[in-house]
Amino acid sequence: MIDQPQPVLEAIDIVKELGSGAGKVRAVKGASLALVPGELTLLMGPSGSGKTTLLSILGCILSSTSGILRVAGTETTNLDSEELADLRRKHMGFIFQSYNLFPTLTALENVRIALDVRGQKDFSASNRCEEVLRDVGLAHRLRSYPGNLSGGEQQRVAVARAIASSPSIVLADEPTAALDGENGHAVMALLARIAKEQKRSVLAVTHDPRTLSYADRVVRIEDGRIVGEERRPDGLDAPEIADLTKRRKANG
Amino acid sequence: MILTLAFRNLFHDRIRLAVTLIGILFSIVLVAVQLGLYLGASKMITSNIDHANADLWIAVYGAKSFEDGGMLLTSRERHQALATPGVKAVIPLIVRFAEWRKPEGGSTRVVLVGTDAEDGGLEPFDLVEGSWEDIKAPEAIAVDRTYFNELGIKGVGDTAQIANGRVRIRAVTDGVRSFTQSPYAYTTLNRARALFGDGDGTTFYLVQTVPGADVKQVQQDLVNRLEGAEVLTKEEFRDRSLKQWLFRTGAGVALIGGALLGILVGTVIVAQTLYSSTKDHLGEFTTLRALGSSSGYIYKVILAQAGISAIVGYILGISIALIILVLSHNTALPMVMTPALAFWLFTLTVGMCAISALSAIMKVTKIDPAVVFNK
Ligand SMILES: Nc1ncnc2c1ncn2[C@@H]1O[C@H](COP(=O)(O)OP(=O)(O)OP(=O)(O)O)[C@@H](O)[C@H]1O
Ligand SMILES: [Mg+2]
Repeated sequence: MIDQPQPVLEAIDIVKELGSGAGKVRAVKGASLALVPGELTLLMGPSGSGKTTLLSILGCILSSTSGILRVAGTETTNLDSEELADLRRKHMGFIFQSYNLFPTLTALENVRIALDVRGQKDFSASNRCEEVLRDVGLAHRLRSYPGNLSGGEQQRVAVARAIASSPSIVLADEPTAALDGENGHAVMALLARIAKEQKRSVLAVTHDPRTLSYADRVVRIEDGRIVGEERRPDGLDAPEIADLTKRRKANG
Repeated sequence: MILTLAFRNLFHDRIRLAVTLIGILFSIVLVAVQLGLYLGASKMITSNIDHANADLWIAVYGAKSFEDGGMLLTSRERHQALATPGVKAVIPLIVRFAEWRKPEGGSTRVVLVGTDAEDGGLEPFDLVEGSWEDIKAPEAIAVDRTYFNELGIKGVGDTAQIANGRVRIRAVTDGVRSFTQSPYAYTTLNRARALFGDGDGTTFYLVQTVPGADVKQVQQDLVNRLEGAEVLTKEEFRDRSLKQWLFRTGAGVALIGGALLGILVGTVIVAQTLYSSTKDHLGEFTTLRALGSSSGYIYKVILAQAGISAIVGYILGISIALIILVLSHNTALPMVMTPALAFWLFTLTVGMCAISALSAIMKVTKIDPAVVFNK
């Protein structure tokens, strides 16, 4: 706790109501959460507990009904949709459950477009994208279209797209849900490595118990409220937090 | 990447691309042909006026076009005009419908133009056989090659009968067509007078002013001096002839109406295909927005799609229009294409596609990136 780094993202008392009239639902009921660099945080909870809603708010994709969100020191409360897009562009990378790659673009182009929307259009941007794809193990797939890639490969392209612009925050919704065991592990290992080596804050929403072993921190959400948080004790290697969780479960 | 994405979006659905391009092509061809015919008709109507070397035209009061004059002006008007300050020359020109009797029998109407080229007024133009000197020979006349059949002749040397006398083909023009479908026949002023049996009358006086003269002032002075005659600038006379033949007859309205219809149909088709393409790629645009792209970036992708369609559609459309141009060359109403019209059509295509992009752009302004996680 001594040199706890400054949070890059800080959410305080977030409330979100969705729908209207009789169908109005309070999806998030006062959640607070901070993300610091160098950590992979998992957000876990039952279906319908508000994970996706909270993630969308943290990602400046959805605005909250009340509560405060600060991204890299900027308060988001009064920003319009273009200013929110600007924040996303500057600080965030996103990974989706169904990859959301552009089917008409190659793997390399899918990554390049993330830099292109940031105005990075030169040759070095292209080199950077190749480098990132190589880093996620897709050096041989640069010119392949998503339709010709396996699910695991597609998600790795998506990871490359998320980190190509060197964002301080990476947000992922169920990144392994569509992947088999081996590919799921590969993607989680990649996310853990991105957090560690590149000192980014990575937050992944997940149901998947296989992902536990990669987490530095697990935040639990139920019915729109944060109900608990487990942190891997300092000095423990990643797999140990999984053991810890297992033991806790066993103990009841 | 904007262009790349636009290209891929377009070529992703070949059938829709084909529909888009056919829509643009159809539109361009229709507009090009209609306006090309309009220009062709305009050229026919004004070619004699354009070739005449005159600052001002004196015509009988109420003359509606080049072909509508009679021979009501006399040497009196000529003297009055010559006495006007600023006038350098006043050159008579006869233009009058006449009966042409074919050598093998039967007859048709021609517009007989009587002009002395050495006066520097209207010199027979686009001659491909013979020269205006040849027209000075006894009985000599020049007609256009296009109308040989109609005139019942085969070429130079053939004879026919006009009004009171015999004429012999001594020179041939090419491409001097007549909007009234009565061929122009060129002869000298005196032979025209002789054929019509009128020793003094003329249809027009072509007025040339001295260098530096104020043409508007000369026009005003002439109007004050001449009674029963009108004095028009070259431009005014052109406009009046065009109005008479293109608008009083409704021909021009039909051509312009056809062009407008082409623009409308093209815009609707392109708007429709672009909109459905955008709808199909909405998921991708939503992802782009979630990734932090500005809405401007997305508009640019859609506008690029519109622009690429415009350029490809234009190239195809103008090529077909040029083929039609060549095919129409020997018809009664040949189409005309000028660099200005080609450029104007390009601007029109781009404008049409840009307007078509509006509905697609409206669609993407409604994108809510929040749906990106819910699929
Ligand atoms: N647009 C909406 N209108 C009304 N209610 C909604 C809307 N979107 C989500 N909800 C409700 O809000 C609650 C939280 O939804 P959310 O998608 O955040 O849950 P989740 O934890 O991500 O679930 P899952 O694990 O199934 O993805 C749910 O009860 C859901 O039915
Ligand atoms: Mg969810």
